[in-house]
Formats: sequence, structure tokens, C-alpha cells
Amino acid sequence: MSTSTSTDTFALQLDGITKHFGGIVAIKHFDLQIKPGEIVALVGDNGAGKSTLVKIISGMYQPTAGEIRLNGAPTNFRDPSDARTKGVEVVYQDLALVDLQPVYMNMFLGRELRKKPFGTLDRREMAAQTQALVDELDVRIPSAKAPLSDLSGGQRQGIAIARATNWASSLVLMDEPTAALGVAETARVEQIIMRLRERGAGVLIVSHNMEQVFRVADRVTVLRRGTQVATKRIDEVTHNELIAMITGLTS
Amino acid sequence: MTVTQADGTLTVGGRFRRVNWRQYVVYIGFVVVFIYFAATQGANFVNPTTLVTIITQATPITVMAVGTVFMLSLGEIDLSIGSTVALSALVAAVSLQATGQWWLAALAGLAIGAVVGLVNGLFVTLVRLPSFLVTLATMGLVAGLAQQLTNLQSVPVTEPVFSWIFGAGDIAGMPILVVWSIVVVALGWHVLRQRRFGAHVLAVGNRAAAASVSGIRVNRVKLIVFALSGVTAGLAGLLYSGRLAGATYTLGGSDLMSVLAAVIVGGTALTGGKASMIGALVGSLFMSMINYGLLLGGLTVAQQMIVRGVIILIAVSLSLRAKKSS
Ligand SMILES: Nc1ncnc2c1ncn2[C@@H]1O[C@H](COP(=O)(O)OP(=O)(O)O)[C@@H](O)[C@H]1O
Ligand SMILES: [Mg+2]
Repeated sequence: MSTSTSTDTFALQLDGITKHFGGIVAIKHFDLQIKPGEIVALVGDNGAGKSTLVKIISGMYQPTAGEIRLNGAPTNFRDPSDARTKGVEVVYQDLALVDLQPVYMNMFLGRELRKKPFGTLDRREMAAQTQALVDELDVRIPSAKAPLSDLSGGQRQGIAIARATNWASSLVLMDEPTAALGVAETARVEQIIMRLRERGAGVLIVSHNMEQVFRVADRVTVLRRGTQVATKRIDEVTHNELIAMITGLTS
Repeated sequence: MTVTQADGTLTVGGRFRRVNWRQYVVYIGFVVVFIYFAATQGANFVNPTTLVTIITQATPITVMAVGTVFMLSLGEIDLSIGSTVALSALVAAVSLQATGQWWLAALAGLAIGAVVGLVNGLFVTLVRLPSFLVTLATMGLVAGLAQQLTNLQSVPVTEPVFSWIFGAGDIAGMPILVVWSIVVVALGWHVLRQRRFGAHVLAVGNRAAAASVSGIRVNRVKLIVFALSGVTAGLAGLLYSGRLAGATYTLGGSDLMSVLAAVIVGGTALTGGKASMIGALVGSLFMSMINYGLLLGGLTVAQQMIVRGVIILIAVSLSLRAKKSS
């Protein structure tokens, strides 16, 4: 892979990431660099090791070997909340949101803003910041103060992505962010994902949907049974070549 | 435009401004029952002391309702509060006899409540048992301890400072029990609505997994709420022993149902994530008003129990059915 000699630091850098489960080698020597504002798709067949890799980068699993760098600095994650504080945010497929709370409380869940002098919740500021972010990403919702239960599945995933983006200083990880959505909602969420380029964090998105990969990603990296087959710029590969790399069958 | 839908949901000006009247069952019920007693009992019921009596009689229930709002918001339940009342009252009364220090006695009563709550919380978080099983077991255990402690004997409470603070005192003409009700409800409301902790409790009760991946320490939140529930039961014990000038193992014995009814009728969901502190206060006053009105009406204790049970059933069904439709 041509990384050039540029001095700009990568949002995420993986060097030789390896993961064993007992005798099973789930990930073998995986390398990847993601620039700030870049969207990289991770593809592969079932059991290829995609979720394992996502869990390593989000702090759920420790790698057996290899190094993770965030914004150039070597790091390791004790657990998911450690990864969060270091700037990695995950958009969960099953929507890690609380639907009885308003949108702005979801945006700030676990990181609620407080105001002086008594340290009480600053609901007004949280709602204002949420509205600004949601407007910037063009997530169309009735209001930042609406209860989450008033939102559609696509709007909720938009909120989950906006939240991840808001807090990610290095990387937004998405494991099949549109798997549970219909066609129109998927299109909306893809538009939101593409707007993340302007916000400067790197994006790693796991997807089974090849059309989606071609629509949103800058580059794509392919896993096959734990082995990294290739990493390509999206304009360097065709649909059929990508399928061939995923399945291992030459077409 | 206002449309009432089949499920009782009142839609005002579009789908994002729904008003659900079932949320207000407790307020409507309060007014309806008040009017009923006023109409049937006249000046016997409608007089200046009625309100004060209703509030002061309700104070221990109100205090425990505050703890229970947090507990139900979390999606958990504490069935042991009634027996904790008796144990705390007895521990305080015995400490008072032994030391003569009102503050030591108060501290001991609150501490025993906190200990019961923490034990409940540890079994729920570490052993991962359902809270209704854990607290069903400790309900019996604590009741047994309360009976054992003084061998079923009542213990008088005569220390004047203790009696003033937890029963007979007043501040600027306002009975101290009214002050306790206001202060505890205000504190509970503040923590629930204005502090991060309250937001975390609601998030855990709504969806623990989401709270957890958002960095909220779920078990820590649960432990604190269990301890809080125990402390409110402990405080209720102090308030009973102060008002009644003594402690006995039967104190709080029938409070569990009143507290749960007050909180549920007040709009707090049994399933977690949704709470109303003010609703719980009004719910508690509602229960107290029913007791008072029935007593004035000359009903026997047995008749009062029957009527109260029926009213609770009606009110709880009206307020709980709202949860399914939303
Ligand atoms: N916790 C685990 N223990 C043992 N084996 C695992 C574990 N997690 C994943 N694996 C194995 O690692 C391989 C990759 O799985 P996974 O990362 O879930 O693939 P994908 O998400 O691409 O479908 C599979 O062979 C799977 O059985
Ligand atoms: Mg997977």
C-alpha cells in the first residue's frame, strides 16, 4: 500500500493486527490507515472477521498482536468506554439509544452538559447544540426536543451517527448501519454518512451492500477468512472484482 | 385541531404534540375524590385542618414514594421498604434509649436502611437476581430482624429533640412533617430532573445496554438507587417513631401497597424509564385523602380496606393502560 512520505497523521492506523480465539485465527496481520475525513469500507463474507476487527478497534477485544495508533499515537483500549474517551465512537446496528428521552438527551447520553453554579443539567444548551449538529448533517427531525420514540428508524440511525460524529475525535466505526432500514431511509442515512467527510474524523463502515460501498466509500478493504485480501481506492475496482475478492472465486 | 383517538390519546395540532389524558389520572382522581368527600361530608371534610392532616398522615408514604420513583424508573422494584420502616424505627428507638443522643439514633435508623438497600442492590447487581425476588426475601428477613430486635416489644420515644424533628415540631407555623414532605419531594425532583444522576437512572431503566455503551456505569447507578430506597424507608421509620412517640415491629407493615399505588397512579412506569415525582406526591396525598375521608365517613377498618383496594385497582388500571398505547 502506498502511504507516501506525507507528514499528515492518520486518524487510525492498524499495524499487523492479529486475533486468535484459542486455536482459531480470526484476524491475520491486518494493516489499515484511515485519513481524517476519509470513509473506508470493510467488506467480507460471513465469518471473515469483520465484527472481530470492529470489536478490537472499539475496545471490546484485545488484539493478540499488532498495534493501534490514533492520530499518530500508539494506544490500546482497556474496554469500550476507554476507546470512547480516546476518540473512537461506534454506531451500533441495534441503535444504542433510549427512546423515552428527547433527542438531545440521547445526543449527550453519559456526557450531559451542566451549568453553573449548581451543576444542574443544561437542557437548553444541549438542545441548541443538538439542533445545530442535526441541521449541519441534514438529519431531518421535527425537533431536538422531540422524544426519540417520535422518530422513524432512519431518523434514529441519523441521530446515532450524529452522536458518534459529535464525540469522535479520531474515528467513527459503523457495523452495518443501514441493515435494519428500508430503501428510502438507507438513502437518507448514506447522505448523512457522506457529510461526515467534512467533519474530519475517519470513518470505517462494515457493509454487506456493495452498491452502498460504491456510493459512500473512498476506499475499500477486503477480508477473507481472516486474511486481508486487498485495499483499493473505490475507483480502482469494479463491482465484479470486489465480489471476486470477497468470495475468492475468479470471475 | 383536537382529535381523541380510540386509545384515549388526545392529538392536538399534529402528531408531535400528543396529550395523553391518562397521564393525569392522579390529578383528576384527586379532584374527583375531593369533591365526593366534600359533597358527602360537608364542613367535616372541608376545613383548614383537613389538608394539613392529609399531608402529615401521608409523610412517610410520600418519603418512600420518592425512593420508589427512582426504583421503578430503573425498572426495578423494592418490596422490602415496609419491613425496613419497622427495623429502622426500632433501631433508632433502641439507640435513643441507649445513648440519649437524637442524632446518633437518627443516623442509626438511616444507616440500617442504607444497609438493607445496599444488600438488596448487591444481590441484584453482582448475583444478578431479579429485584422482586431479592427484595421479597429481604422483606421477610428484615421483618424477622425487627421482631427479634426487641422481642416484639414496643420502644417508647421520648427524647424531645428527636420528637420535634421527626414528629411534633413546626417551622414558622408549618408542621415539620409538611416540611419533610416538601423537602424530600423537592430533593427527589431535583435529582431526577436536574442532575446527571437522574438522567442516568432513566436511561438505565429505559435501556440498560444503551446506557452501558454510552459510558454509564449501570451497576453503580443501581446500587445507589437501592441504597436510596433503603434510606427513604429508614427516614419513614424515623418519621413514624417521632410522630407516634414510639416504635414497634408492625410499623410500615401495610405501606408497601400504598407506596406502589401512589407512585404508579402518579404516572411512573413499572417498566422503567418514565417517572413523575410530582405525580407520586399527588398520588401519596390521594391515598391519604381516601384514608382520611373513609375514616371520617365512619367506615370500619375492614370496609376501609375494601373501598381503598377498589379505588387503587381502578386508578392503577386507568394509569397503566396508557403505557401500552404509547
Ligand atoms: N468470541 C469468539 N470466540 C471464538 N471464535 C470467534 C469469536 N468471535 C468470532 N469468532 C470466530 O472468528 C471468525 C470471524 O468472525 P466474525 O468476526 O464474527 O466474522 P464476520 O463479522 O465477518 O461475519 C469466525 O470464524 C468466528 O467463528
Ligand atoms: Mg459480523
